[in-house]
Amino acid sequence: MGLPDVVVVGAGVIGAACAEALSAAGLRVTVLDRGPLAAGTSAAGEGNVLVSDKEPGPELDLALASLARWPELLDRVGHDVEWDPKGGLVVATGDPSLLAGFAAHQRAAGVDARLIGPAEAFEREPQLTRRVTTAVHYPQDAQLQPVLATTALLDAVRKRGGVLRPGVTALGFGPDGVRTSDGVVPCGAVVNACGPWSGAVSRALGAPIDIQPRRGMVLVTAPMPHTVRHKVYDADYVGAVASGDADLQTSTVVESTAAGTVLIGSSRERVGFDESIRVRVLRELARKAVALFPGLADVPVMRAYGGFRPYAPDHLPVIGADPRVPGLWHATGHEGAGIGLAPATGALLAELLTGARPHVDPQPFRVDRPGVLA
Amino acid sequence: MAAANAAARAGAEVVLVDGEPTLGGQYYRGTPQRVDPAVEHLAESAVWAMEGLRLHIRTGAADSPHRTGTVVDADAVVLATGAHDRVVPFPGWDLPGVYTAGAAQTLAKSQGIAVGARVVVSGTGPFLLPVAESLVKVGARVLGVCEANSGTGWLRHPRAANPGKMAELAHYAGMLLKLRVPLWRKTAVVAAHGTDRVTAVTIARLNPDWTIRATRRIEVDAVCVGHGFTPRLELAVAAGCALKDGFVAVDERGATSVPGVYAAGEITGIGGADLAAAEGEVAGAAAAGSESTKSLTGARRFAAALADAHPIKPGWQTWLTPETLVCRCEEVTYQALCAATDLDAAGVRTLKLTSRVGLGLCQGRMCGRNATELAATRLDQAFFDEAALHRRPIATPIRLSELAETPLEPQEDP
Repeated sequence: MGLPDVVVVGAGVIGAACAEALSAAGLRVTVLDRGPLAAGTSAAGEGNVLVSDKEPGPELDLALASLARWPELLDRVGHDVEWDPKGGLVVATGDPSLLAGFAAHQRAAGVDARLIGPAEAFEREPQLTRRVTTAVHYPQDAQLQPVLATTALLDAVRKRGGVLRPGVTALGFGPDGVRTSDGVVPCGAVVNACGPWSGAVSRALGAPIDIQPRRGMVLVTAPMPHTVRHKVYDADYVGAVASGDADLQTSTVVESTAAGTVLIGSSRERVGFDESIRVRVLRELARKAVALFPGLADVPVMRAYGGFRPYAPDHLPVIGADPRVPGLWHATGHEGAGIGLAPATGALLAELLTGARPHVDPQPFRVDRPGVLA
Repeated sequence: MAAANAAARAGAEVVLVDGEPTLGGQYYRGTPQRVDPAVEHLAESAVWAMEGLRLHIRTGAADSPHRTGTVVDADAVVLATGAHDRVVPFPGWDLPGVYTAGAAQTLAKSQGIAVGARVVVSGTGPFLLPVAESLVKVGARVLGVCEANSGTGWLRHPRAANPGKMAELAHYAGMLLKLRVPLWRKTAVVAAHGTDRVTAVTIARLNPDWTIRATRRIEVDAVCVGHGFTPRLELAVAAGCALKDGFVAVDERGATSVPGVYAAGEITGIGGADLAAAEGEVAGAAAAGSESTKSLTGARRFAAALADAHPIKPGWQTWLTPETLVCRCEEVTYQALCAATDLDAAGVRTLKLTSRVGLGLCQGRMCGRNATELAATRLDQAFFDEAALHRRPIATPIRLSELAETPLEPQEDP
């Protein structure tokens, strides 16, 4: 029996990584998106490829596997996507022991986490507030430009004969293929990679899963001389990422981009798909950024953008076959870490779908776990 | 001003948020204006964010370290944010000495400065004529006004006849004759030359679609270009107002699709100062719960006919070379834009983030429309939704420290 033709629904970074891995394995792939390519969550983030924010567990394993794959993957697709292994710096301004303990725990799980004192932190980031009590340097953390990365992966798919169909909505899935707004696309398997919209799409495809949106906002300053060298964030970020609280949470993340702008994140709110601006959120982000980098006070904020992170109730990605509908696969629920987790997600999905040996343990990400099947 | 006056007359408490230090905006620049004394005029102020009918305002010069923040909760808001010049790119348009027609007029009107000694004005639309007049008044020699269209299209709209407006156009045409400024129809500056600044331009005879028929080169030390106007829609889009054909959709009272939000002037359709004032009066009265007797039909018809006579034709896209900058802030060339569209960057966000077009300081105000038109020409399928081009939730830049301390609620009057 041959391998099936596959339709990937969702042209964000996860869909692109799945399509890239499937086409590299020799499958015929069609990528659908109801909108333009790379225009949803993948266009609304900072391009994080992080291990620093993850506690030991399956997500960290997936992140480490992904981190190892990104450079090789980018070599293979051959586009400049502003890959920058800049390293992360997590700083604490309160009790230093919590951060130190977290880092020790991560080290044991294979993360390069170097506890440094305030003096070395200031050497690395001269503009940093002097209130820092301790810091951890994560040389493995990197950043890339997520839309360039996604379009690069999709370009590789197209070069291998895959078909990209932006502007086509998936409406259903049956034995003859995926029913779309533009006819039926014949296929033997379909991958739901619709990020925060995966819940709705899973219903259309016949097997609902519980994936919810969590809104985030980022501030962008005017271009300025390079003053922030790493991805710098406050130790309280770690708590916010892992939390399921509906209330607004903000934690400071400050970094420069290749274009010279400074990105300031990050907020987390559960407000559905509401896109309206909230000055309270922007003010909170600005406050904390100025507290971390007092020198940024006079820098103009040029733009704010927002997006929706897809999350599952247990905050783990969902990667694998849906037991209820043969041929239906999911790759979603990566929350704010989709860029970083994409290569290993795409590879794992392709391995499972083709029957190859998985390079990471797929069990924690399986679809039929408590709370995910809706 | 018209909307504020009408709303005040109708008995409303009115705040006029004005980006300029003095009343009058662009049209009346340099000519003192007054509003109803009951109107509170917030000069040098900008609404940088809107949350429903809550306005977040910054007051003070843009470069001042002492700007203040206020919050106003309104029962109704009239948006009259106007328009800025649209300029289509051409090789050399980024050289010093190339000005937008509006900027050249502002320098002439407010500071008496001529942008050059030998100047060519180029573009399309009746606005080019008063710009040429302003330049001559401050001592520039205007070698000619290039009008890319034939400029007579509105004659085909006899019902649009508007004696006042026709007289105004005739006045400018007569003025040009008197000042010995030739008006060259079906003609455009299609390239500017020079190393440090512009020293010469290529002027082309154009076909009706604006492709080039023949060229000649003349020496200049400045060029003023204006290809009509782009409405400033960021606040309307932030407020959630529906757009139609690139402008805010309004009913006959100036009401937008969002309850309590009204719009008047160029953001509802390019029509000039008189129509804008009339629309302002109607919308201001409606916003205050009253009604104006003003009829806009005739003036709107004339404006529509004038706009029909001065379209932007796609032939401008053939003026570009691969190296021509499309986005000046981020220095994105036509070639780079094409490379991005070839990766199927068929949405506004994707196009911006793959090519960097529109990500700079102007946030796509200058280049957004040109870039999406170029990309749409190159792509079979495009999803350039008009609102996405104007989505700037932070409508004007705000310093991080200002944002960190910005008030969230209206303060009680002391």
